[in-house]
Amino acid sequence: MADTSVQGEGRRGALPAWPWKLVKLGATVALTFLGLLLVTFLIGRVVPVDPVLAVIGDRASQSVYDRVFVELGLDRPLYEQFWMYLQRVASGDFGESFLTKKPIAQDIARVFPATMELATVSIILGTLAGVPLGVLAAVRQGRLTDQIVRVVGLIGYSAPIFWLGLLGLLVFYARLHWVSGPGRIDISYEYSITPASGFLLFDTAMQGQWDAFRNVFGHIILPASLLGYYSMAYISRMTRSFMLTELAQEYIITARVKGVPEWRIIWVHALRNAAVPLVTVIALSYAGLLEGSVLTETVFAWPGLGQYLTNSLQNADMNAVLGGTLVIGGIFVGLNLLSDLLYTLLDPRVRRK
Amino acid sequence: MITRQWLLTEQPASRRQARLGQSYRTWVAFTANPLAMVGLGIVLLLIVLAVLAPLIAPYDPLISLDLRTQRLLPPSWTHPMGTDDQARDIFSRIVHGARITLLVVALVAVIATPIGLLVGTTSGYFGGWVDTILMRITDIFLAFPRLILALAFVAALGPGIENAIIAIAITSWPPYARLARAETLTIRNADHIAAIRLQGASSARIIWGHVTPLCLSSVIIRVTLDMAGIILTAAGLGFLGLGAQPPQPEWGAMIAGGRRFILDYWWVATMPGIAIFVVSLGFNLLGDGLRDVLDPKAGK
Repeated sequence: MADTSVQGEGRRGALPAWPWKLVKLGATVALTFLGLLLVTFLIGRVVPVDPVLAVIGDRASQSVYDRVFVELGLDRPLYEQFWMYLQRVASGDFGESFLTKKPIAQDIARVFPATMELATVSIILGTLAGVPLGVLAAVRQGRLTDQIVRVVGLIGYSAPIFWLGLLGLLVFYARLHWVSGPGRIDISYEYSITPASGFLLFDTAMQGQWDAFRNVFGHIILPASLLGYYSMAYISRMTRSFMLTELAQEYIITARVKGVPEWRIIWVHALRNAAVPLVTVIALSYAGLLEGSVLTETVFAWPGLGQYLTNSLQNADMNAVLGGTLVIGGIFVGLNLLSDLLYTLLDPRVRRK
Repeated sequence: MITRQWLLTEQPASRRQARLGQSYRTWVAFTANPLAMVGLGIVLLLIVLAVLAPLIAPYDPLISLDLRTQRLLPPSWTHPMGTDDQARDIFSRIVHGARITLLVVALVAVIATPIGLLVGTTSGYFGGWVDTILMRITDIFLAFPRLILALAFVAALGPGIENAIIAIAITSWPPYARLARAETLTIRNADHIAAIRLQGASSARIIWGHVTPLCLSSVIIRVTLDMAGIILTAAGLGFLGLGAQPPQPEWGAMIAGGRRFILDYWWVATMPGIAIFVVSLGFNLLGDGLRDVLDPKAGK
């Protein structure tokens, strides 16, 4: 994306620093993951629910209780328990859900595609709307367009997402009938499609079931627009500030002096350089969508990770809550890392330092 | 006699006059921003509503009116925002809900700001391995999405407004620590700090007495900007049934309560949402305005 050839000669001095930086980054990420695990482990320890009773029920005899107490490792010191927890998580074992009676890893694998599909459609909508808006706001700084973009952003920062979701359902589903209601797909279609990837838009399109595709689209468009709106608020604000920085640079003046058309200066010269930090922003807002999905999925009865998490919460299914928290936290850390790496990869100036 | 001229003089005669003059100039710059004034107005209104709630609210927020005839009434002159399914006046509930919102915001600020300041200034002042350890811990908390971490904490501690406040406070301090550390790094090598150190002041005294006050203004701006997020998180917890418990008039929980009837009785869930929106907007505008005036690094 960024024009790396211009500063090519600066790379030579930076190369030896690369592996060292990777090692450092790896250590940081490992430490952060360890911290995540420690936090979820400790949260699991302060729960007022007795983990032994959760396994055997409250009618078991004292001898059974004592045996399970030892089996669960609760008689050992806390650090040994943490070590056991680490080993279990490393082998993909988050325990069993008390609600579904299935391993939590399996549950999460089942619900995760729904969340990812929603987040992906949202980030596409948010980027497609947010970047042009941000560019326009920067070009017309201080004028009406800029003010409108600012207000749109302020609404996004101030309105509770679950409330906007309810209002959206009220207006666009119940009154105007523009979109389908809660859920991911109508029941009549649910069993006619063979799940392949778990991403329904993709599956239905690949199998040529256009009726079902339209149905899925009608369901996803409202929650995705809503989440997309929130990421748009953030993306357009950041695009605006990156573009303002770029438009003040000297190469823009040079381009103007050379007689490059204004649209080319803005959309090609400046935007291409603003794109580097923007990639980071987009990766971060993709991670933010995971958080927004918890409330949105509750409102739209979307069978994803967010709904799984809230259902488990309301039923005090602690293993599932901690498993879900850990997965979301892990993805969050992963996306943060990815955006860091992309930044280094795309911007030769960062690499040099 | 304090006059405009006395405040704006170029040659202040005393330290007090200079300080008051500086505050006055900041205030004048702040009032020149109409949006910031709107924000200030909204926040002041929230405080007035919260303090005078029993005087302003026409009905009791918890006790039902006539359950046979006054359930789910649309907005009218007697019930400006209608009534809910328990035949309670929604306007009265929202006015009393302002108390809960203000309590959440105030307590989170009171708990999270000192933690953030202490961690940040200590980390920045000592540097070295203290810095590494404290910042690693901060990063771990930052690595979690805030609402998710708050959810996990509330799940562990049990639902309720106090636990929701603790959970939000635990997840709010890391950005303040980062900010305070960055400020401390620029302050710790200043001459006046070196002078105090030569006088034999202890590290604790330097940090609390001389470094922290200089970090305060930027941290306060950040806290004000975060208030909207805190309100939204608290409302989200309430909506999920993990914050304030019924029949308390918490705005998020009120939306959850009205959710079942949204298609037929839209006002039950809409009105508390408007309240949340207006108050968050107020804090956002106030925070933006404060940042423009107090933070010399942003703009100008």
